[in-house]
Amino acid sequence: MEKLITAYTYIGEGKVVVNKQLIFYQEKIATFAEFIKALYKQEQISYPKFYKMDSLSKLGFMCAELLLRHEKPGRFKPGSLAVVLANSSSSLETDLTYQDSIKNRSAYFPSPSVFVYTLANIVIGEICIRHSLKGENAFLVSEKFNPRQLLDHVSDLLDNNRAGACICGWVEILGNTFKAMVALVEKENDGTLKTSFGSMPFTEASLNELMNLTEKSIWKN
Amino acid sequence: MEELINKLKKEVITQLNLEDISVEDINPDSPLFGEGLGLDSIDALELIVLLEKNYGIKIEDPKDGKKIFFSIRTMAEYITEHQKKA
Repeated sequence: MEKLITAYTYIGEGKVVVNKQLIFYQEKIATFAEFIKALYKQEQISYPKFYKMDSLSKLGFMCAELLLRHEKPGRFKPGSLAVVLANSSSSLETDLTYQDSIKNRSAYFPSPSVFVYTLANIVIGEICIRHSLKGENAFLVSEKFNPRQLLDHVSDLLDNNRAGACICGWVEILGNTFKAMVALVEKENDGTLKTSFGSMPFTEASLNELMNLTEKSIWKN
Repeated sequence: MEELINKLKKEVITQLNLEDISVEDINPDSPLFGEGLGLDSIDALELIVLLEKNYGIKIEDPKDGKKIFFSIRTMAEYITEHQKKA
């Protein structure tokens, strides 16, 4: 059964590309916090919880938001949309922030709201809460982007009917260095799947291509 | 009391990352949880940390939290009362 990438979001090198369209660009990025806030404001998203998230969750949240914003409500059956994300730094960015708050015994004020984000898979939780997703999910950690790992995991879910579709990709942040690529993968059952950017099979080559969008410059302004 | 209420509003906004909310948006008598600011259980823990960090007040009995954190005004009253005792 063929699987297609029917939508994608790329965030990297100051650029945000959604389905081949460059929707946001910041030439000089002072901090990730400023970058992602500017994107959030531009896209006129209203979700106060966003401000309380850690950096990894903000990055994943924005990817999913831009990925699913044009999907018709109810297109995916409850529990049929899975989420499989990966990165290399896990939740280290937030772990370090938390460690900072507990390293000084004379000013020992561990923050509960930071602590809850000291697990990488919380980003998936935030996405699932926002979009009411109840499907399978997994967060994988590997030293570098591993398209084969994503391909195998997502294919297993779809081929064994444990999911009807899957949001998958790479969401990496450490300090002010960040990169994300999140794709929506669906099964092509009857040749009716349509995308706004042409047909893209769910393959290692496609995932690599999407991860290196800025090098290939295949988006349109 | 009004001065403390305004200070608390600013501290709550900062501590809880309520970026879309200004001091003027917060009614000191509105409930902080459920309705009003719509805070959640993690926010409640952050408020406990705020009292300890900024005012040196430790809440010994968690059951008191509901009363103390009902609104900005009840928080201010608790701080004032506690500081008088100290």
